[in-house]
Order: sequence, then structure tokens, then C-alpha cells
Amino acid sequence: MAEMLLKNAYVIDPISGINGEVMDIAISGTKIVEEASRDAEVIDCRGMLTLPGGIDSHTHTSGTKVNFGRYMSPEDMRAGRTQRKGPMHVTSGYSVPTTYGNSYRYSALGYTSLVEGAMAPLEARHTHEEFKFTPLQDSFANVLFDGNWGMLKAFEDGDLKRAAAIIAWFLIAVKGFAIKLTNPGGTEAWGFGKNVSCINETMPTFDLTPHEIITGAIQANEFLNLPHSVHLHCNNLGTPGNFTCTLGTFRNVPNLNEKRQTLYATHVQFHSYGGSGWGDFCSKSEPIANMVNLRPQIVIDMGQVMFGRTTTMTADGPMEFNLYRLHHDKWSNHDVELETGSGIIPVNYRKKNLVNSIMWAVGLELALLVKSPWQCLLTTDNPNGAPFVKYPEIIALLMSKRYRDAEFATVHPDTGSRVPLPAIERELDWHEIAVMTRAGQARALGITDLGKGHMSIGAEADIAIYPLDVDSVDPAAEYETVINGFSQTEYTIKRGRVVSRRGDALVHGENTTFWVKPKVPPAYDLNQDEEFRSLFSKYYSVRMSNYPVQEEYLHRNHCIETETDL
Amino acid sequence: MIIHDVPCPFCGCLCDDVSLVVEKNRIVGVENCCAIGNAKFLSKTRLKHPIIRRDGGWVEVSYEEAIDETAKILAESIRPLLYGWSGTYGEAQVVGVHLAEELGALIDSTTSVCHNPSILAIQEVGHPGTTLGQVKNRADLVIYWGCNPIEAHPRHLSRYTTYADGYFFENTVSDRKVVVVDIRRSEAAKIADEFIQVTPGGDYHVLSALRAMVRGRGDVVPGSVAGVKKEQLERLVALCMEAKYIGVFFGLGVSMTRGKYKNVRNAIELVSEISRKTKCTISAMRGHYNVYGFNEVLTWMAGYPFAVDFSRGIAFYNPGETTVIDLLERKEPDASLIIASDPGAHFPYSCNEHIASIPSIQIDPCVNATTALCRVQIPVAITGIEVAGTAYRMDGVPIRMKKVLETEYPTDQEILERIYAKVRELNGNG
Repeated sequence: MAEMLLKNAYVIDPISGINGEVMDIAISGTKIVEEASRDAEVIDCRGMLTLPGGIDSHTHTSGTKVNFGRYMSPEDMRAGRTQRKGPMHVTSGYSVPTTYGNSYRYSALGYTSLVEGAMAPLEARHTHEEFKFTPLQDSFANVLFDGNWGMLKAFEDGDLKRAAAIIAWFLIAVKGFAIKLTNPGGTEAWGFGKNVSCINETMPTFDLTPHEIITGAIQANEFLNLPHSVHLHCNNLGTPGNFTCTLGTFRNVPNLNEKRQTLYATHVQFHSYGGSGWGDFCSKSEPIANMVNLRPQIVIDMGQVMFGRTTTMTADGPMEFNLYRLHHDKWSNHDVELETGSGIIPVNYRKKNLVNSIMWAVGLELALLVKSPWQCLLTTDNPNGAPFVKYPEIIALLMSKRYRDAEFATVHPDTGSRVPLPAIERELDWHEIAVMTRAGQARALGITDLGKGHMSIGAEADIAIYPLDVDSVDPAAEYETVINGFSQTEYTIKRGRVVSRRGDALVHGENTTFWVKPKVPPAYDLNQDEEFRSLFSKYYSVRMSNYPVQEEYLHRNHCIETETDL
Repeated sequence: MIIHDVPCPFCGCLCDDVSLVVEKNRIVGVENCCAIGNAKFLSKTRLKHPIIRRDGGWVEVSYEEAIDETAKILAESIRPLLYGWSGTYGEAQVVGVHLAEELGALIDSTTSVCHNPSILAIQEVGHPGTTLGQVKNRADLVIYWGCNPIEAHPRHLSRYTTYADGYFFENTVSDRKVVVVDIRRSEAAKIADEFIQVTPGGDYHVLSALRAMVRGRGDVVPGSVAGVKKEQLERLVALCMEAKYIGVFFGLGVSMTRGKYKNVRNAIELVSEISRKTKCTISAMRGHYNVYGFNEVLTWMAGYPFAVDFSRGIAFYNPGETTVIDLLERKEPDASLIIASDPGAHFPYSCNEHIASIPSIQIDPCVNATTALCRVQIPVAITGIEVAGTAYRMDGVPIRMKKVLETEYPTDQEILERIYAKVRELNGNG
């Protein structure tokens, strides 16, 4: 079995409680071990920041809408093209790169695990096909349940256990990882061109409110003992004054799990807006951050906006249509029968645009105002807020007040009166960045026990080694050094092999898909349930027997079996 | 033995509820299928061995010899063309893209000669689309424009639209209205609640008039547009405004007539306009059962849905320059590999003349019009009958094709992988 010894590494490993210790790390095969033999390949990591492999707990890299983002955007494909090089295939795309493009670029940034934020169950096969061609990262897929008719009917009947069984059936059928709710109630309403305004409005086609869907799903999630919590994209994304809706959502979250949060709220930047319209649009990051600070049962991610061109894509179909009416560029929509929807539009976030400038500030404020980095993770909701290649700049903005001020001087001049950012002095340290980009993500996803997000003995040898000499860099002043250091690892190690060296992928990788299999008792076996079968045969356009994703699509995979309380 | 829920490998409907009666490794009965699908399931004629043209005639050769010859032709070629792909499965298409990258080849699919303009329109204005089940459950108004589903997609109406049970209907047949727009009274037109006959080439005008009316500017529309009376257009707009959900389907009668991609663009913009007032979606009626799958595969691997040229070392896409017909018209390719399609039956004469003048290889289970143009033909297993794999329905839903018969024939994927390995060896990359 191949062995490797990383010598003199400057290690920050928050889950193991290591913060800036110079040490050796031994690897045997795919795991981190106590010590390596003399035959081990030695890599000298002196003066290099060594972290567990990066984890992106919310990104859009694979699946039908991601691919449609590429399909409809030849201009974006032209904006990022690379040639073949060694084992690296041709890549295209800037904000929505091809699968190889995503994989190589994430690997260059030291990322070894990716969670696809939204997989439509009916089209899950596609997501798994793309996972196969994202070779340098492990993959997880959040499964969209926001408009799942079977689950909604069970909620309507007040039968939470049946709803949990239905959720389990779909998770197993599509080889998914977690429950995703995108604009619950609203996306289903979009089936007839409608939306819901907030959590207490009854949706048009089921006698349910978003609040009931969210709390029901949270309960079902715990019945199934899933590793991750419910992963929520709140209602009312992107609208002025939506922070009250977000606060209302957060206020209702019970604390149900000792190991992790009960609710993961994604891209909260898009949900922290004040004002009654675009005219008095402003940041409401403070009340949102305060609420998160009071509620350990909630973890959020930033959804940071960075300036420049990108492509927005979400299962929130009505939101994308509204955005299209603002931007007047091009608009794609893709509703998925009995389940969910989606929309895609290209966007250019501009510094001279006041609303865009405020959005940029809100994400940073959330990260700086939420006290615990374990509760606010670093994302851009790639590519919605910005392409993930902007992560190094975001890290630098969080670590340097000077950099923030320099950037702030270039945004829309009225921004200062609408946001608290200039008054925030906090500068995050290396440890906090390590939490926000790997340890916190692993804990929020519930995958630390699978050896992810840390470098303890027995953990997966997923490691990122950055050319950053922490002792000699003052991130508050030398933010350019921080950006450069985080932009390209010296080595990215995936499951015990160096997969990326100074930005170049070296091998094809052996990525794994993680999926969950809750053990459902026979009384809840929906394959034998007439009502469930009839829903399928009457209203789906695919036969129930052809629906589940076959094992062939999981070339390498890890099934997480859970005991349920059904 | 009866095998249920078999997806049909014929058209973009990809009906997955077909039952097959299999006896002694032969399909002897087909249920639930249309006449075209039936014919494919029951067809018997096919090529038994690889063949190579020598001394003015065909000789049977081994697979190894055919693959070696193919790899040699492709590796020695300066401007190879890899064309077809729509009648095979995703796992084989993936190998095709890798092969194209290795060769620096131009790779294109039958999309180039069907919904190519629809994709160009989508790349300009997007695509308000949906899965077919959404239309089945919700659409109280279905519009077929420039297509004839009864003959080209025979089960489209019974599975997804007119005759399909929908969740939000008491009685779908009476509660759902169907409008057909076409230049002639097709079979589909005969079952429509409203048939709108447009003079050939007039689609753009009619779409523009409808857009004006939906925007409340009917006053600028003349009394008759491309042969359609204004009153009839007003009736259609009124139907749209009353509908809760409109599903528009269009075919080559929109994408491949005068105006081409501009027609489709206009149709999409009409749908966007209607979407401000009620729910409306638009979908292309795709032909081959997996033509959409190739668009998907090429997009996630190279970034573009069709017509990708790897000759510059990057994925280069410029329809009109990198599209198969244009390439052949310029007589650029000096070798071609044709798979899972039949350009010999569909391409312009001048293009076929060029295919015949260069060393061309066909990978296909059956002899067809293209065979006559080729130097080598390699027979393979039939996807969806003898080999399982992924295909994408016309709405982007991926479905696993089934293997129902055992076969001695190698699969497309296997043949392509062997060619790829051989080419890499010849290129010194093996």
C-alpha cells in the first residue's frame, strides 16, 4: 500500500483541535495513519499551510440545470478554455465550467468534496453521470423535496411518518444525500405561474404553508436520522424586505440534534434584505446574524456575491423569472413534474449598481457578524453569487479590514448609508477560515465520522497544502499574498494520492459518491403501497420501475445506512 | 417471457411502458408501442460481420481488422469528422468525445440537421421549458406548431398531452384544448380544436403578430397575417389568456423553414411574453430517441451541445463553420467516422459525394444508405434491445435503456473504446 509522509507541515485542523502546530502527517493507502515506514514518499511541507481538503457544502456543479447553464451560454464557455495537458482534458467555461473544468479548478483550490446543492429526483441519473466526470472530488447530492407531491400529501394528512418514509424512498431511489427544500411551496406554485410570499401563506395546490413544509421536513429528517439536517433555501429569495421572512423561518427551528444543527440555511446573503422596494433596499445582516448567534440549531452559508459576470441557477423557478424581468437578458426555466422546478439566467454584478454593491456587503457582514465560524460557512452558492474561483478573494476580504475598505471605496457611493460593513472591524484568522471552508462544512454535513473535514488518525487522506507561510504573513496587510496562496495549492491530496500540483491535475482521480439509505421498516415499504404506486402510474411520465437510479451509475460509492425511528 | 416497462429506442418520446414478448432470445411480440417502435423492435435484417471495401467489392473481416483499419485511417487523418451519435447511448457518446479530443477532430450530431436552429435561439434568449409530465398534469391548452406528432411521435398525444390523464382535470379530453399550427392540414390538425393554416415561410409573421396582441398592441396587426385571419389569431390569444397552463410544442416546421432560428427565437419570446400573464412553456419535438442525450454529453464534456471542433486543441464552437454540412460543403474532412445515424439518406448530394470520396467508416447494426458511401462498416449491438445505457428524452429526462436480448455483437462503447485505445497507441499516447 502506497505511503506518504508530509514533513514539517504547518497544520490547522479544527476538528482535531490543532491550531498552528508544525508536525508530520503520515498516510498509508487512502487514510491518515500514526506513522509511515521508511519507504514512504516524503513531501517537505515546511512553511506551507496544511489543511484538511476543502469541502463545499453548497455548490452547483452537476445536473440538469447546471448543464443547461452551459448549453444556453456559449459566451460563458468561450470565457474559460484550456487545452489538454497531461491527463487533463480540454475544459470550457468560466461561471459554469465543464465537469472537468470544475474538477480541476476546485482541486487547484484544495477542494476534495463537493455537495451539489439541488438535484431533481426525476433527473438524478444526469447528476450522477456528471459526478463520474468530476474525478477529483467526492460527491454528495441534495435532493429537492420542495414540491414533492407524495410528501406534501402526507403532510396534508398530518402523517409525518409516512412523509418520512416517502422521503426515504426517494433518497434511496435517486442515491441522494440530504433533504433540500427550495422556496418550499413557492416552487410548486410556480407550476401554475404563481409563488408564495412568505412562510404563512397557504400554497395554491395543497392546503399547506411553507412553514408546515419546513417543520414537517425537519421532523422527518430526524425520524430518518440522516447525517445532514434539512438544507433550506428560504422563501422570498432576493426581494427587498425579505429578512422578516428569514427571521420568521429561523425563529421556528427547534433544537433536535446534539451532533449537528437542525437546519442548514443556504445562501443567506440573498435572504437578508431590508427596505420596501429597490429604492430603499438595504442590508439587514445584523438582525439575521443576531438570530443565528442566539440559535445553535442553525448553520448558514454566506452565498457571497462578487462582482463580475456569472450565471444564476436555482430550483426557485418563480424567483428566476422575476430576476429575468429585471435583467432582460435570457431566461431558461425547467419545471419537474410532481417535484420541483428551476430557472437559469446570466447576471453581471456591477460595482456601479447600488443593489449589487449592497449584496456584496451583506455576505461579508454575515460572516463577520455571526460569532461562531462553525455557524457561517464560506460559499458563493457557486455560481449564483460568484464562481467558486473567487473564494481566495473572499477569504482575503474576511481576513483584512484594509482590503475591505479598499474594495468598499470602489463600490457604489451610496452603499455606505445602507450597510453596516464599514463599521465592522473584525478580521478572521487562519483557524476561522479553516472552519468556514472545511471543518465547519464537514460538521454541518454530518460527515466527520466518515473521515471528512479533519486529519485525525483514520480519516480520509484529503489534504490541501498551500504555499502560505503563516508565521511570516500578516493577512490584514498582505491580502494579495493570501489571495495568491489560496488560489493554488502546492499539493492537493485526495484519498492518499497527490491529484493536483501547482494547479495542474496529475491523475484522473477516484472520486466517490456518498448517499444515504435509511432502514425503513416493512410497514413503510412504499414499493408495496397502492396509493404511492398509483400516484406514480397516473401522474409521472416515467414508470415507477424505471425511476430509481441503477447501481451502474454509482461506479464508486459509499452508502450511509441509518437506523430510523419509524 | 414478457418484459415490462421497456423504453423504446426510436423517437424522442422515449416511451418507457412498452412490453415485449421474448421467446428463445427473440422478440416475438410488442405491446403498448407505436407502429414505428414496433418495427424497430421486430426488425430482423442486419449486417453479420464487419466489412471492408477491397478491389471494388466488400469482404468480410474480423472486428480486430476493422478496428485497426479504422484507427489507422483516423490517426493518419488531418481533419477527421466524427458524426452521428443520436441513435446510441450516452456511455458510448462519452468515448466518442474523448476520441474526438484525442484526434483533434470535429464532432457533430444529427442535431446539426434538425434542431440546430432551436439551440441557437436558446443560446440567444433561453428556454422556458418543462418535463412532459408537467404538461400532462396541468396543461389545459396544448399548441403543436410546425410538427405532426400523430405521424412522427405517435404516442406523444396519448402519453403526455391530449389524451393523457392529468392530475388537475376531471376529463382531460374535454377539458384540454389542442391547437395545431401548420402549413397543411396534417393528421394532427384533424384532431385539433383549432387549426391555423399558415402560408409556407409565414411562421415568423404569425408569431410576431401574436406577440403584439399579447402585449396589448393588436391594433398594429393587419387583417390577415401569412394567410391567417386576424380574428383567428385573436381567438388564439383569447384561448391563451383563459388557459391556466399552456404547453407549446414545435418541430422542424418552425426550426428548418425560412427564418430558421429566428422563428424559434420569436416563439420563445412569445412564450416569455405570455408567461407574464399565465403559465406557458415551450418544448422542441426531438427526433432520435437520444439526440438530446448527445447534446447533454457534449455539453458537460466540452461546453457546447453540438458542432465542436477540437482541431485548435480547445473546444471550438461556431455553428455555420463547425457544423457538419458546412464542413462537408467545404470538402474539409479527409476521413469520417459515422455512427448511429444515416447521413447517406438525409444529407445533400454534394456532402454525400464528399463522404464517399474520403475514407469513411460506419458503425451501425444495419446496412443503410450510408453503407454505400463507406470503406468500412462495423456492425454492433442495438441499444435498448441488446445493450443497456442512458438516453435523454426530448425534455431532458434521462432514462436507462434496457437490454432484453443476449447478443454476440460488441457494443458501440466497446468498439469505440478499442478504436480510442488504438488511436492513442498510434499517436504515441498509449
